Amino acid sequence: MSDQPNEDNLILDIKDLRKHFPIRAGIFSAVKGKVKAVDGVNLYLRKGEVLGLVGESGCGKTTTGRMVMRVIEPTTGTIRFKDRERGWVDLASLDRREMLPYRKNIQMIFQDPYASLDPRMTILRIISEPLTSNNLARGKELEERVASIMEVVGLRPEYMSRYPHAFSGGQRQRIGIARALVSGPQLVVADEPVSALDVSIQAQILNLLQDLQKKFDLTYLFVAHDLSVVRHISDRVAVMYVGKLVESASKKELFHAPRHPYTEALLSAVPRPDPHHKSTRIILPGEVADPANPPPGCYFHPRCRFAIDICKQEEPILEEICPEHFVACHRAKELSLQGV
Amino acid sequence: MTNPEPLIEVQGLKTFFKVREGLVRAVNGVSFSIKSGQTLGVVGESGCGKSITAQSIMRLVEPAGKIVEGKITYYRMDSHNNRTSAEVVDITSLNPRGPEIRHIRGGEIAMVFQDPMTSFSPVHTIGDQISEALMLHQNMNKKEALERAAETLHKVGMPKPYRVLTSFPHQLSGGMRQRSMIAMALSCNPSLLIADEPTTALDVTTEAQILELMKKLQGSLGMAIMYITHNLGVVAEMADEIIVMYLGKIVEHASVVDLFENPKHPYTRALLRSIPRVDKDIDERLESITGMVPDPYSVPHGCPFHPRCPSLIPGICDVIEPDGVRVDDSQVYCHLYNPEPAAVRQPL
Repeated sequence: MSDQPNEDNLILDIKDLRKHFPIRAGIFSAVKGKVKAVDGVNLYLRKGEVLGLVGESGCGKTTTGRMVMRVIEPTTGTIRFKDRERGWVDLASLDRREMLPYRKNIQMIFQDPYASLDPRMTILRIISEPLTSNNLARGKELEERVASIMEVVGLRPEYMSRYPHAFSGGQRQRIGIARALVSGPQLVVADEPVSALDVSIQAQILNLLQDLQKKFDLTYLFVAHDLSVVRHISDRVAVMYVGKLVESASKKELFHAPRHPYTEALLSAVPRPDPHHKSTRIILPGEVADPANPPPGCYFHPRCRFAIDICKQEEPILEEICPEHFVACHRAKELSLQGV
Repeated sequence: MTNPEPLIEVQGLKTFFKVREGLVRAVNGVSFSIKSGQTLGVVGESGCGKSITAQSIMRLVEPAGKIVEGKITYYRMDSHNNRTSAEVVDITSLNPRGPEIRHIRGGEIAMVFQDPMTSFSPVHTIGDQISEALMLHQNMNKKEALERAAETLHKVGMPKPYRVLTSFPHQLSGGMRQRSMIAMALSCNPSLLIADEPTTALDVTTEAQILELMKKLQGSLGMAIMYITHNLGVVAEMADEIIVMYLGKIVEHASVVDLFENPKHPYTRALLRSIPRVDKDIDERLESITGMVPDPYSVPHGCPFHPRCPSLIPGICDVIEPDGVRVDDSQVYCHLYNPEPAAVRQPL
């Protein structure tokens, strides 16, 4: 990673991040193996940028996002974050108490607008939680801040004393967004924020997220499986497969000129809303590798149509093949792959 | 197997639900037909009645709901001389628990659901569940049925069919469960397959496998498919004709090419413009539809889409329910295309 953007324009710099979950079995719950959910991920985010993190279920994209929030404890690795007030800090090295002051600057938006809001709490209590738990505001000021953020996300402040059940899916997602933004964060980890919503509501929420990003100069780590959504909202895109980053590049390069065969297959698989489109779909044989028992060499080789001997033996490392285009594939330089 | 006769014909179907909050007109006057070998895509957002329409055809509507009006006719082809005679079955008149519908359901009309984990029984093996259908509909004995089950599993691309027969649903991955579900649906050679969001819960590469599989099987088995989904990309790929539903009504019925190239109804147009595209950059913002789907107890008068419609004609759209109009080759339910609407109808 020689040509990496510098300390001034970055806000997040993740290096060699790993999360290994133990597999326990038997009467003494002995550790019988481990699931390498995230296995050596390197990522960086510039200030004000949207990085789309994509991959299929079980690839570790959500776990990566949650480790940034320290909701899941990393096994090893560094997560350097440039805090507005305190400067660079390695979030992975902090203990729970040390982490607290940073929380107001890193917030999260969840997928399921039904499960992520406590049904027994009023909207006021839900949205104000990041403020009360960090002692940032109380009383009248607290209510004012909640009212103003509700207005920003398109909710009527009068609804503050209502409970979540009175709101539709799209409105609930707005409540979740208001909660994430009320403390004035720098970085927002959005974990599949629109995948549970209907098409017409999805567009409203995507527009809202884009407006808010401009308004508050936010940086998004946007975790999603829907490549159309990711193409729309991201500046750069990173693709994960079985716990590893296989490719990352600017949106334009990744969609037009992918360099990893998995990215190519993923792009070709998306059904297009165009009846004239002639499917040039690459059907991947078999199933996603088991992260508890991955194949030797490149994890993707059993499904890859370009696999050669070296792919079965040696694990490819993530290399920068042109500025800011990183690929982990032995044959990245010789292959010419199709984009969309 | 091209046959001008429809395989299934739905006329003025109304399926209503009585719930505590009031009467939900889940399906409110829907008419369409499906020809054999054809794929009809049914598109709409949650609550538009697309699944209830399918459940009405299968007579699987929950007890709170009832088909209050309309007719569903199934034309049973004689496989030996399908050109001459078709037996006409009035599905709406059948007892939903009676022997006739049970003969049709799963045998002649089969269904694939979104979530295979909840549609399979967790305590029986895949083999038992597929063979049960075969023993019931095809009068096979257990041994023959298991043999055919393995054959069908092989046909849907399952790598080790005999091992899958002895597996329980939880032992299979999502994609494999969905394949087993399709295998079960196809095992009796249905003439119509109703697929209700069959790939929505799957990853995109698995979805691609299942879509290719369904197209291939349709080509070789010649069945008709009613494909219900909210994903416009999926219908563009699968369907010959598409109906777009909103609040229990069809708003537009067109061929796949017409619908995508020349959408007529403001709702269809808005839907197509509101989706982000994998194959195109959209400058700046998506066009979103204002407001949200009204709740089903208080459906607006007139055209159900009028409160959100950018082309609203005051005094007409909010008063009179639009009739279907033929525009080019599409059927559209919108006043924009029908300057002189019929007399004001009594709202239901």
